[in-house]
Amino acid sequence: MTDLAGPAGGHEKTTFINDPKVRSIGLQLVALIVVIFLGWSFAENARDNLAAQKIATGFGFLDNTAGFGINQTLIPYSETSTYGRAFIVGLLNTILVAVVGIFIATIIGFLVGIGRLSKNFMVRTISTVYVEVLRNLPPLFQILFWYLAVLSAMPGPRNSISVFGEIFISNRGIIIPRPLFGEGAGIVVWAIGLAILGVILFRHWAASRQEETGRRLPVLWVSLCVLIGLPLAAMIATGFPISFEVPELKGFNFVGGVRVIPEFVALTLALATYTAAFIAENVRAGIQSVSHGQTEAAHSLGLRHGQTLRLVVIPQAMRVIIPPLTSQYLNLTKNSSLAVGIGYPDLVAVFAGTSLNQTGQAIEIIAITMGVYLLLSIITAIIMNAYNKRVALVER
Amino acid sequence: MTRCRKFSAACELPFLSPVPSRTVAAETSAPIRMKKAAIMKRLLSTFALAGAMGLCAFGAQAATKLEQVKSKGFVQCGVSQGLPGFSNPNDKGEWSGLDVEFCRAVAAAIFGDATKVKFTPLSAKDRFTALQSGDIDILSRNTTWTITRDTSLGLNFTGVTYYDGQGFMIRKDKKVNSALELSGASVCTQTGTTTEQNLADYFRANNMTYEVIAFATNDEVVKAYDAGRCDVLTTDRSGLAGERLKLTNPDDHVVLPEIISKEPLGPVVAHGDDQWFDIVKWVLFAQLNAEELGVNSKNVDDQLKNATNPEIKRLLGTEGKYGEGMGIGNDWGYLIIKNVGNYAEMYDRTVGPDTPLKLSRGLNALWNKGGIQYAPPIR
Repeated sequence: MTDLAGPAGGHEKTTFINDPKVRSIGLQLVALIVVIFLGWSFAENARDNLAAQKIATGFGFLDNTAGFGINQTLIPYSETSTYGRAFIVGLLNTILVAVVGIFIATIIGFLVGIGRLSKNFMVRTISTVYVEVLRNLPPLFQILFWYLAVLSAMPGPRNSISVFGEIFISNRGIIIPRPLFGEGAGIVVWAIGLAILGVILFRHWAASRQEETGRRLPVLWVSLCVLIGLPLAAMIATGFPISFEVPELKGFNFVGGVRVIPEFVALTLALATYTAAFIAENVRAGIQSVSHGQTEAAHSLGLRHGQTLRLVVIPQAMRVIIPPLTSQYLNLTKNSSLAVGIGYPDLVAVFAGTSLNQTGQAIEIIAITMGVYLLLSIITAIIMNAYNKRVALVER
Repeated sequence: MTRCRKFSAACELPFLSPVPSRTVAAETSAPIRMKKAAIMKRLLSTFALAGAMGLCAFGAQAATKLEQVKSKGFVQCGVSQGLPGFSNPNDKGEWSGLDVEFCRAVAAAIFGDATKVKFTPLSAKDRFTALQSGDIDILSRNTTWTITRDTSLGLNFTGVTYYDGQGFMIRKDKKVNSALELSGASVCTQTGTTTEQNLADYFRANNMTYEVIAFATNDEVVKAYDAGRCDVLTTDRSGLAGERLKLTNPDDHVVLPEIISKEPLGPVVAHGDDQWFDIVKWVLFAQLNAEELGVNSKNVDDQLKNATNPEIKRLLGTEGKYGEGMGIGNDWGYLIIKNVGNYAEMYDRTVGPDTPLKLSRGLNALWNKGGIQYAPPIR
């Protein structure tokens, strides 16, 4: 007998409408219908009003000719390409900054984070100053610093700084020789791939052998020999098919070679160093979360300091580091939209900027752009969560 | 679903209340804050547009633009973020320039007071969204009249305040005399303008290669050009005259002779309110007619009393009731000329030969003086 059932008595006699399960599902259903109706009428109204004002709508514009130039394109693009193509160019430029930025930020972040806990006064102080200065300045300001302050100090293309006459640095960017693949170059590329595969397999085998016998093999030396030797042998055998096109100054700019535009350098460096300051703090927190007993135990087993850090502390710290690290990766990706401030042709500048202005279809374009950032962030989060699962503490 | 009546408050978007001009003028010295504000503003105005479009039905039930303007007591005018001669804060922090004076003339026609204007500085890419969402009443921001903008953005161009064309500026020491020698050059320009497309067309038509670096605001374009990031700066020629003054050494730079496009610049209003469209259109025509008839702010009081020419009498409202058709006072013409002046006065004060921009009238002279500025008659 329960009071909830009311005066009527037994559980079986509860009226349908008073059943808590039916009620909660019913209420949720009503809420869902209201939300769907609001969303639908919002979209409907927007469409009617845009049509009434004769503002163009729909996604047909993606097939129209864009008619503007972009100065960094990872895929072939010209003024006659479509807005859809321009969108992909912008998207790839955003992903490029995000990937390179995350790579650099992680390396600097880990070094500085470990540096903050160093026993060496100099290392510790430099790391602390780095973190406190960079994380406390607005990222846009740092991007403008890298762009305007560093760019104005660079010489023009006619007086560019030349490194061995092959690489040129000027206010037009860094120009490096472009590899030209002649006949037989495919064999060399295959040789490089084979060498990398071989090294991975060898390391694996060496590790399992050490587990079994306790004997250690000179992994580093063997790896280096294979990595250099195999491609070199292939090059000699095929008669050096890979040559380099050295950039040459012609007219206003360098012709030939691969050019890294200063906007990319400034944006990537600024975002990487800024985010690294936050990552460093995550790493420090993670390391400090591993109890000192672990370190002492490792030391008493005879592990050296570096080995203790690499084999005992960091693996345990990772489970604390990974979740906030994911947030920092997402922040870096989203902050890359500040590119618009220095004219780097990212998704926001190319698509939500020039394309939006030329077509005037603000609602569609902003919706697509937001959807893309959401998708990028979710993909990053999924990858990082999968990794997090792997390094999470396994209870035995 | 109840439409606009219920949501009329949302239609006017009170949360997007415009920034007073003075605050904004003070902020121009802090480019970073302004950039953040600009990015926020773009997002906000897109949301406002989506909101305005989603929540309220435009048209019949809503108050007319003129009623709205009268009840709030000022005209909200969208201008640039700082282009000397057209819309730029002067040393007192007040907005000045040709585009700014035009908005003052509209305010004078409605309120008899040229100061009843508030200015919203907009980047090239935010400008149309701000107008579509009703954030501003007039867009007077050196905006080129093109078919896409006129027909697919829900906007109406009301006339041409300045006939312009796109040109190139380059350092003198590059020793270039013609735009046809620019193959391979790096070109800086502002994103969200017609110049980006003209540039692509011109280089393609002449089989030349180029690299374009597009920035969000004028100031960034000028800074990057000054820092040597690019060889050439391109925008409308009137704009080049203004931008040149911002460079470290204006005399080291030269504007190339080629004009590669037609850029008729003029005020814009939103679709859906023909009365407002008429008012804005006829303010400019009144100023042009006044110049043609020799009426200016100095002699207007005298003309009001003594003029015998019926055309002048109709312009100043002593004969006929031409303001009535637009829902404003019949002395609208007098108020414009008295408070702001005719087209020539406006031009000479802001961009003319005696200003730092030193732009001669050229195409912008009246039709009977060798130019193409021509206004329909008031009758």
